[in-house]
Amino acid sequence: MTAVEAATAGRYAGARVPRVEDARLLTGAGTYVDDISLPGMLHACFVRSPHARAAVKTVDVAAARALAGVHHVFVAADLNPDVREQWHTSIGPDGPETPRPPLADDEVRFAGDPVALVVADTRYIAEDAAELVEVDYEPLPAVVDYVSAGSSPTLVHASHGSNVIGEMAGLPASALQGVFDSAAHVVSETIYQQAYAAVPMEGRGLVVDYSRSTGDLTIYSATQSPHEVRLFCSRLLGMPEHRIRVVMRDTGGAFGQKIMVQRDEMVLMLAARKVAAPVKWVEDRRENLLAAGKSRHEHAAVKMAFDAEGAVQAVGIDFVSDCGAYPTPWPVGTSAVVGVLFPGPYRVPKASFAAKCVYTNTAGRSAYRGPWQFESLAREVLLDIAARQMGMDPLELRRRNLLRADELPYANANGMTYDRIAPLETFEQALQMLDPAAFRREQAEARTHGRYIGMGVSTYVEPSTPAFGYYATEAATIRVEPSGKVNVYMAGGSTGNSIETTVVQLAADALGVNIDDVATIQGDTALTGFGAGAAGSRSGSMSAGAIGEAAAVVRERIVAIAAHKLEAAPEDIELAGSRASVRGTPSIGLSLAEVAAMSYFDPLSLPPGVSAGLEASARYTTRAGIWVNATHACTCEVDVTTGAVKILRYIVSEDCGPMINPNVVEGQIAGGTVQGIGGVLFEELAYDQDGNPVATTFMDYLLPTAADVPIIEHGHIETPSGGPGGYKGVGEGGAIGSPPAVVNAVADALSPFGVTITRLPLGPAQVLDLIESAPGR
Amino acid sequence: MSERSVRMTVNGEVRQASVEPRLTLADFLREKCHLTGTHLGCEHGVCGACTVMVDGAAVRSCLAFAVQADGAEVTTIEGIAHPDGELSAVQAAFRDCHGLQCGFCTPGFVVSVTAFLRDNPGPSDEEVLDALSGNLCRCTGYQGIIRAVHQAAGTLREAAGA
Ligand code: FES
Ligand code: FES
Repeated sequence: MTAVEAATAGRYAGARVPRVEDARLLTGAGTYVDDISLPGMLHACFVRSPHARAAVKTVDVAAARALAGVHHVFVAADLNPDVREQWHTSIGPDGPETPRPPLADDEVRFAGDPVALVVADTRYIAEDAAELVEVDYEPLPAVVDYVSAGSSPTLVHASHGSNVIGEMAGLPASALQGVFDSAAHVVSETIYQQAYAAVPMEGRGLVVDYSRSTGDLTIYSATQSPHEVRLFCSRLLGMPEHRIRVVMRDTGGAFGQKIMVQRDEMVLMLAARKVAAPVKWVEDRRENLLAAGKSRHEHAAVKMAFDAEGAVQAVGIDFVSDCGAYPTPWPVGTSAVVGVLFPGPYRVPKASFAAKCVYTNTAGRSAYRGPWQFESLAREVLLDIAARQMGMDPLELRRRNLLRADELPYANANGMTYDRIAPLETFEQALQMLDPAAFRREQAEARTHGRYIGMGVSTYVEPSTPAFGYYATEAATIRVEPSGKVNVYMAGGSTGNSIETTVVQLAADALGVNIDDVATIQGDTALTGFGAGAAGSRSGSMSAGAIGEAAAVVRERIVAIAAHKLEAAPEDIELAGSRASVRGTPSIGLSLAEVAAMSYFDPLSLPPGVSAGLEASARYTTRAGIWVNATHACTCEVDVTTGAVKILRYIVSEDCGPMINPNVVEGQIAGGTVQGIGGVLFEELAYDQDGNPVATTFMDYLLPTAADVPIIEHGHIETPSGGPGGYKGVGEGGAIGSPPAVVNAVADALSPFGVTITRLPLGPAQVLDLIESAPGR
Repeated sequence: MSERSVRMTVNGEVRQASVEPRLTLADFLREKCHLTGTHLGCEHGVCGACTVMVDGAAVRSCLAFAVQADGAEVTTIEGIAHPDGELSAVQAAFRDCHGLQCGFCTPGFVVSVTAFLRDNPGPSDEEVLDALSGNLCRCTGYQGIIRAVHQAAGTLREAAGA
C-alpha cells in the first residue's frame, strides 16, 4: 500500500509510508552531534594508553598546557574526585559493577584507556597538545587470552580479587549425565566466536554546555537514550535531574553501543563545570575501534543428546565471555540469557547451562544488536554438525524438533514460556522460497565441475520489548494545536530506526487524522516524558502502546466536543481524515481545526465536564515481553583456491507480526543480517598476544560493502503478539539469525572435505586452513 | 602555523577564508562554511561519508586539504537538490527505496552516485555494485541503496530522453 492508498483506507499502519526523517537527512540538513556548534565552543581530545596494562607513574601536562590555544589539560586527580554516584538504571545502585574511574589513575587497563583530556580552541590544537602530554608508564604483564583469564595470577582489577566477573548457572550438567550416557547419539563441540563490534558510521560524541550563571547543564549527545544520559549525569555530578537537559536530534547509528554512558562520556560531563565554555568531543574512527567497546568474543562447550529418531533429549552449554577491562554495563545477566535461550525454538525436554564472564586487558564489552546471539550461533552450528554425524538431512533434523503451533505456549527447559511464535511456519516458508531439492541438484552438478556451493539455515526465537524495570514503560504526549495540527512528543530520537515515521503513522491512525497533519518531537529530555530509549527491540511496540493511551484521551475529548456541537450521540461520531463526522452522514461534521478552535478559543462553549485544550500525556506499561522468531536460509560458493566466500542467495522468513511499515521492518532485518554476515566473513576486532589492538582503521577492520552482500529475499509470517497492535520487535533479529546460517552454508559447501567449523571468523585465510587440515582432503 | 588564503566556489557561492595548510577540505566545509552535511566516518579515506565533488570529480574531502581546492568548484550534499528544494533524481530514489536509515552515510552515497550516474548513465548491475563499494553503510545492508541507484539511473535516462 502506498501512503495515498493507505489514507483512503483510513489506516497508515501497514503501508510503505515514506519516512519523515528523509527530507533533512537527504539534503545534508540532519543534526548529528558533530554538527552542533555553540558560541565559544572548545574542542576536546583524549590522551590514551598505548599499553594493554601499565602502571601510570607520572603525567606531565606542562608542555601541553603551554601550547597556544590550549585551555585545560585534565588528569584523573582533576576530575575523578567529583564523581558522586555512577550506575546505570538497568543495573541499579547496588549492582556488582566494575569500578570505573573516569580517567585512568594509577593503572591503565587496555590500549586506549583514557589518561588525560585536553581542551583547546580547535580539535587540531587539542590533538597537537595531546601529543605533548608526557605519561611515564611502567608496562605490566597483561591478561589478553580470555580463555585462561579466569585462572591467571595476573589480575585486571586487583580490587576485584579475580578475573572472573561473575557466573550464573541453571541446572548443572551433571544432573543430565544419565540422559547423555543413555542417548542414541551425542554431539559435543566447543564453538568460538571472535571479537567484533557495533561500529556505527558515526562514533560516540557529546557537547557539554554548562551555564555558571544558572547552574544548568545542556548536553548534546549521540545516544540511543537521552533520558538515561540525563539520569546518569545527574547521579555522576550530584546535580538535580531537572537542571540537566539532554538533546539528540540525529544519531548516526548505534546498534547497542550508544545505550549506556561510558567512561569517556563521564569525563566530558565532569569537565563541563570546570570549563567556562561549551566543550565538544567526537571520537574518531580509531577511538571508536579502540575504546567504544567490543562485543561477541566468546566460546562455549555445547552438547546435545538425541534419540534414535533424531529427537532432542537434552542440551547443555558451558559459556565463557570476554568482557574486557571495563564492560558497560555489568555483563553477567546478559551472559546468562545465552544459557537460558540455548534450547531455542525446539522441543527440548531438558537443558543445563553455566555462564561465566571474565575481565581481560582489552576494550570493555558493550551491547551489540542481539547481545546473546551466541546461543543461536552455537545451537544452529551444532545441529548441522549433529546431522552430518548422524547421517541425517539437517533440514529434516530441524523439522523433527521445531515447535509446532499446537504445542504453544511452550515452556522451554530453562523456564522461558514461548507463545505467539511460528518457528515451523517460518522454517517451511524459508525453505519453500529456497527450494532445497533444486539446490541439491545444482550443488551435485557444481561439484562435478570442481565448484563448491552450499546451503545453510538457522532458526531462532528471541525476546523483544522487555517487560522489566524501566524498559516496561513508555510515555507519549499528544497535543492537537489550536490550528488542528498535531504534535506527538516521545522520548525516541532517530538512530536509524525510523522511529519518527513510525510515531507519525501510529498517531495518525490513532486519532483518525491525515498523516501530513502530524509531526513528532523527540530526543529532548526538556520536552518529552521519561523513556528508556531504543533498546531491546522495544521502540515500535512501546510507542504503539504509549500513543494508544494518549490518543484515547484526546479522541474522547474530540468526540465529546463534536457530538455536542453536532447534536449527535458520541457513539455516532467517527474520526477520519482529520474530521469528526456523524456516522452515515459524512457531510455533517467538523474539521479537527474547528474542534480545536472551540477547545482553545471558546472554552465556555464546551459541553459540561469537558476541559479546554486538546492534549494528553499518558504512559503505557507492558507486563509481558514479546517473542519474535525467524528462519534464515542462504546459499554460498566457496572458492577453494582463494578461500573467498560469496553469498549467492539470502532468505529471511520472520514472524514479525503485523508490520507498521514494511520498508522499516525489512530495512531493520536487512541491516542486522548484513552485520551478521560481516561478523562471520570480514570483521574482527583483533589484538596481538601482548594486547595491542591490530584493527584500528577501516583498512584493518573490514566492514561488508555493497559488493559483498546478496539481495535479501523477505518472507513474512504475521502472528500477532499479545502487545499493542499485535506488533513485534525486529531491530535485532537479523544479527542473530545470519551468523549461523552463513557458517552452515560454508560448512555444507565444504562437506566433501569433511570440515567441521567451530571457530570464527571465516575469512579467506581461515577457510583455506580449514580445507588444508580437513580429514577428507 | 602560517595561514594561507583560499577561495573556492561552494554550491555556487564564493567562499574565502584564511586557513592553516593542514586544514582538510572536509573541515573547511564543515567549520568555515557551516556545511555540516559532509560527514566524517573514518578520516582515512575508506568510508566515503565525506565525498564531495571538486570540479565535478567525486573526492574524499577528509583526504584533501582545503588549500588544494583553491580556485575549484565544489559541490556538497547541500548543493545537490534543485534550487527550489525539489530533491534530485538520486535523492528521490534513495527516499523511495528506503536507501537510508540513520542517514550518516547518505550524503557521501548521494554525491558519489550522482557523479557515477553522470559518467555512466546506463550501468550494469556489476558496475553499480562496484561503484557503491567505495562507500560504507552500517544500517541498510545496502539493499535500498542498490535499488535506488537503479531507479535513479532509470529516471535520469528518461529525463535525458525527454
Ligand atoms: S571520512 Fe573520508 S573516507 Fe571516511
Ligand atoms: S544509513 Fe546509517 S550508515 Fe548508512
